[in-house]
Amino acid sequence: MRINDLTNWLDERLAISTLMHLADKKEVPVHRHSIWYYFGGMTLFLFCVQVATGILLLLYYRPSAENAFESVQFIITEVKFGWLIRSIHSWSANLMIATLFIHMFSVFFLRSYYPPREITWVSGAFLLIIVICFGFSGYLLPWNKLAFFATKVGTEIAGVVPIVGRPILRFLRGGDDVTGATLTRFFGFHVAVLPATATVFIGVHVALVQLHGMHVPKKYEDSYQRMKFFPNFILRDAIGWILAIGVLAALAALFPWELGEKADPFAPAPAGIKPEWYFLFMFQTLKWIPAKVLGMDGEVLGIMAFNLIALLLFIVPFIDRDPENRRRHLIFNICGVVALMYIVVMTIVGYVAK
Amino acid sequence: MNPDARRAKVDSALPASQPRRRFLDYLLGTSAVATLAAIFYPIFKFMSPPQIVESTENSVVAAKLSEVPPNSGKIFKFGNKPGILVHTASGEFKAFSAVCTHLECIVQYRDDTKQIWCACHNGQYNLSGKNIGGPPPRPLEEYKVNTRGDDVVVTRG
Repeated sequence: MRINDLTNWLDERLAISTLMHLADKKEVPVHRHSIWYYFGGMTLFLFCVQVATGILLLLYYRPSAENAFESVQFIITEVKFGWLIRSIHSWSANLMIATLFIHMFSVFFLRSYYPPREITWVSGAFLLIIVICFGFSGYLLPWNKLAFFATKVGTEIAGVVPIVGRPILRFLRGGDDVTGATLTRFFGFHVAVLPATATVFIGVHVALVQLHGMHVPKKYEDSYQRMKFFPNFILRDAIGWILAIGVLAALAALFPWELGEKADPFAPAPAGIKPEWYFLFMFQTLKWIPAKVLGMDGEVLGIMAFNLIALLLFIVPFIDRDPENRRRHLIFNICGVVALMYIVVMTIVGYVAK
Repeated sequence: MNPDARRAKVDSALPASQPRRRFLDYLLGTSAVATLAAIFYPIFKFMSPPQIVESTENSVVAAKLSEVPPNSGKIFKFGNKPGILVHTASGEFKAFSAVCTHLECIVQYRDDTKQIWCACHNGQYNLSGKNIGGPPPRPLEEYKVNTRGDDVVVTRG
C-alpha cells in the first residue's frame, strides 16, 4: 500500500502514467530500411559518452598554454585509467561524426525530410555544424603541435571570407594570432557554449521526432509492420550501445590516441600535417584549387563554395518537398550520390596524399 | 486469445521451460552487472586523484637575518607547506608549521599581542606554539632554527 501511495503521489505531480501511456503507445515501423533508424540513436548515445568522458577529463584538464599539454600528459600517464578515458573521448568523437554522417545521408536518401519534417532536418543540419565545431575546438585543447597548426590553418580559412572573415578570425583567436588566449576561448566554446547549444538542438530534434513519429519511405507506406518502442526497439538499441562501448574500449586499448609534442609557436609546421579525417575532403579540395580562378583567389572561391553547399544543406527540404515530383527526386538522388562520392574519394585522396 | 491466456497455455505445455528461463535471466542479470562494473570501475578509479609524492625536504633557508627584525614574523615555504618564522622581541628565533590546527588556515605573527594568531576563527598560540585561546585543538608543530651566516635555516625536528 505504501508503494502505491507513493506512486499515486508522484503521478499526481509528474503525470507519470500519462508519460508511460505515451511510451507504451510509441511504435517503430518495421521494413527493409528500418536499420537506418538506429543511427540517430547511436549518434545520441555517443554524444552521451562524450558528455560523460568530457566531464571526467575536466577533473584534471587545465586550459592554459602553460599547463594544457602537461595536464593531458598527466591524465594519460599518472591518473588511473586516464589513458582509457581520454582515448575513448577522442575515438567516440570520431565515431559520433561518422554515425552522424550515416544518419544524415540515410535521412537524405530516404526523403525523411518531406513535410511536415522540414524543421527536424534543419535542426539536424544545425547539429552537424555544432558537432563539427565541437571537433574543431576540442582538437586544440591538448595544445600539441598538430592541434596548433590545425587551428592556425582552420581559423585562417575563416579569415579568408570577404568582409566578415577578419573579425571572425580575431573573435575565434582572441587576437591576431593563435595563442593561449585562443586556447582559453576554444575551451569555453567546447565545454560551455557548444554543449548548451547542442542540448537545445538535440531537445528540439528529438521532440520533433516524437511529434511526427518515424518517417516511412513511400514504397513501404502501405505495407509495413510495427514494433513497440518499449521494450523491443530500445533493447535492440541497447545492444548497439553495448557493442559501441566494446568497440570504443577496444580502439582505446589497441590504438590509444596520441598526444604528440607540445605546441611551439616558433617551430616550423611538421611535415605531412593533416586535419582530422572529416575535414580532409575540404582540405584536399583547397590544395587542388589553383591560386587564381577567373581573377579571384582560388582559396576564397573554394571556401565560398563550401559555404554555399552548407547553405544548400539547410534548405534541402524546402526545395524538394513534393513526393510526386519524380524528376526532382532523381536530381536530388544524383546530387546526393555525387556529394557522397566526392566526400569519400577526396577523403581517401587526402589520406594517402603526401 | 489474449496474450496472458496464450502465455499460460505455452507455460503449461512446456513446464520444463521455467528453470531454463530462470537460468537465462540469471545469465542476463550477471552479464548486465558485469558490464556495469566494467564501466564504472575505471570511472571511480579515474576520479580519485593520484598521490603526488610529497617533498622530503628536511631543511630550508627560511629568511635572511635582515628580513626579520625583532618582534616580527615571516611565512616561508617548507616543501609544499607554509611555515612561520618568528623573531621574538627578546631576540630569539622560533619556527612552526603555519597551518592552524583548527581548520588549516595560515597563521600570522601579531606584534601587538606578541602571539601567533589565526585570523579565520581567532585562534591564538603563544611563542612556543601552544594553543592558548580560541578553537585550535593542538599546538603548532615546532621546527628547529639555526643561523648560518646571514641565513636563518629551519630544520624539521
